[in-house]
Amino acid sequence: MDPGLLAQYLFNGLMLGTIYAIVAVGFSLFFGVLDVIKFSHGDVVAVGAFSAFGAAGLTAALVALPGPLALAVGLVAALGAGAVSGVVIGRVLVLPLKNAPAVNVLLATLMAGTVLREAIRLAVPNGGNPKPFPALLPDGVLAAGSFSVGIDSVIILVGGLAVVLATHLVITRTRLGLAIRAVAQDDEVAQLAGVNFTKTVLGTFALGSMLAGLAGLMLGLYYREINFNMGILLGIIGFACAVVGGLGSLIGPILGGFLFAGIQTLATVVLPFTSAYKDVVAFAVIIALIGLFPTGLIAEKSSERV
Amino acid sequence: MMRNRNILRLCSAVLAAVSLAGAPAFARDTVKIAFIGPLTGGNSATGLGGRNSASLAVDLHNANPASKYTYELVPFDDECKPNVGVQVATKAASDKSIIAGITHYCSAVAIATVDTYNRFGLPVVVWGAVLPEITYGNDYPEIHRVNGTMINEGKMAAEFLTKQGFKTFVVIHDTTDYGKGQNKYFAENLKPQGGDILATFAVPPDQQDFTAELTKVKELKPDVVFIGGLTPLGVRVRSQMDRLGIPAQLAGVSGIMSAGFLDGAGAAAEGTISFHNGAPLTRYAGGKAFMDAYAKAGYREDPDAYGPFAFSAANLIMDAIDKVGPDRKKVRAQLNGTKGYQALVGEINFDDHRQNIVSANVYVAQDGKWVYWPDSAYAAGAKKLPGK
Repeated sequence: MDPGLLAQYLFNGLMLGTIYAIVAVGFSLFFGVLDVIKFSHGDVVAVGAFSAFGAAGLTAALVALPGPLALAVGLVAALGAGAVSGVVIGRVLVLPLKNAPAVNVLLATLMAGTVLREAIRLAVPNGGNPKPFPALLPDGVLAAGSFSVGIDSVIILVGGLAVVLATHLVITRTRLGLAIRAVAQDDEVAQLAGVNFTKTVLGTFALGSMLAGLAGLMLGLYYREINFNMGILLGIIGFACAVVGGLGSLIGPILGGFLFAGIQTLATVVLPFTSAYKDVVAFAVIIALIGLFPTGLIAEKSSERV
Repeated sequence: MMRNRNILRLCSAVLAAVSLAGAPAFARDTVKIAFIGPLTGGNSATGLGGRNSASLAVDLHNANPASKYTYELVPFDDECKPNVGVQVATKAASDKSIIAGITHYCSAVAIATVDTYNRFGLPVVVWGAVLPEITYGNDYPEIHRVNGTMINEGKMAAEFLTKQGFKTFVVIHDTTDYGKGQNKYFAENLKPQGGDILATFAVPPDQQDFTAELTKVKELKPDVVFIGGLTPLGVRVRSQMDRLGIPAQLAGVSGIMSAGFLDGAGAAAEGTISFHNGAPLTRYAGGKAFMDAYAKAGYREDPDAYGPFAFSAANLIMDAIDKVGPDRKKVRAQLNGTKGYQALVGEINFDDHRQNIVSANVYVAQDGKWVYWPDSAYAAGAKKLPGK
């Protein structure tokens, strides 16, 4: 195959993988600290995307901002909306159910996701239709032979990888990260050592959900279109990536994200029949991998589950 | 000659409607006809435009002193849902005072109701649904259709694009009946024209990422990427084509011919070609008179793309009833034999499946608007299609 096209496929896969990884990391964080699955995570992505969309649209209607400033407004809106919805869901739904069976939290957050989704559909004018997302990044295409990428795609990819790295640093190098890891290992001992349990949990929910909000903004910038139900499939893919990579770890979900995107891309390239089956193929591989590695590719170090 | 007389009749009817508005009708019998379409929900803009147009036809007809009966339009809402459609179709068809119906915009509803009309013997004229099977998939003498089908669109697309010198094609279509049908009729018609389909991608209608498919398209280097789907699919493919630097021409079925496509794809929409059953109103001989009368009647909603078809269907039905009287069987026979009927949307000829023979029209996105191809700067040679 032409090396240019190969590079093109590689770039497509990396782009998708970064977005999946960012969503998957959130699932893993929540599971790490509280052993819960927060199923509204995908819909928080949509909340982030629509907040950025609304904020950018509103400011553009009031004042003409230069590109980077408008992007900053969108970024703040996406991160803020993500953090707020994460903290609210954590405080109102997840913490009170801390001692209830895990399936209760799963159900409650699943329903919270539906609430978020329908709220977007009903509150946004014509919310049921796809919305064109403003192009806040510089236009232009970089081309070399048969390989070409938009400058905006490169910025999104670099930004996404930087965020993944930054999350890693937050977890491994900061006090919050230390607290998160301590609570993840043993919340009672952590509390005895002076870690504020509630604050740490809510901090984790804020952090994970900010990542989701950011993923929403990235999706909007990349596809220039957002949809009230964009989070459903993304949430499932993110969850699958987190599980196959290793729920509770940080590197695992990132690995899972790139793996899933890689299989999807490969399926479209290699399989002779239509690309309609690429998700089927990708999920089938995930199922097989979960069978082979039940605790994920990278197992949580201090696993106490049986 | 015939056509002139009809335009004259329309004009005089408009005048009469304006001057006689509110004047008591002569002692004529009242005949009811039904209008069924989506009056609420996501497709209501088209449905209300159709209802207004049919109601305008009825008012104009009633104002004409030569009319034998006073017509009353009974509107029903099918909500674009097959189950609701069958309910209201049954309601209309079982009401013996209703002689005929102007029915359905949504294909899924129209195909679900054909059995009902046949069972109750209510002659209907479909005014907007494009699925071929509505007329071609059965042998019910009750079902007629004034608008074209996706067969006409596919045929026109294949002929037009090959005539423009495009030889190689990639088709991306959604996996619904609509997308599959559009793909089928385009592919069928392309072969005899000498066009070559390099690859066909069937994708779910809500798929968002097309970079993998489009990278394959890039490898194949087709002249044209053809879309068989609705606006969201068109927008995504169009904007992602740009990102990957695919220079091919984009063409699509009438599903992408909407303001939403132009908004969504932005500047990238320029030069996209689409195919639609209807011609612009200004192209019809009676178009101006229709628009004036419509404006005068003060409807809140636009006639939309299929209003002229609803208007024509209503006139076709009323003229048939004028001729043979308010009897469902006789009206059915009269409608069945329609040949050379001059309507707003041009001459109506029913084939042996009571399907009007319509050739589709070509439109191109130019400066943020869908422009009728012969009127466009592209046809005049002032602009060049992106795929050339």
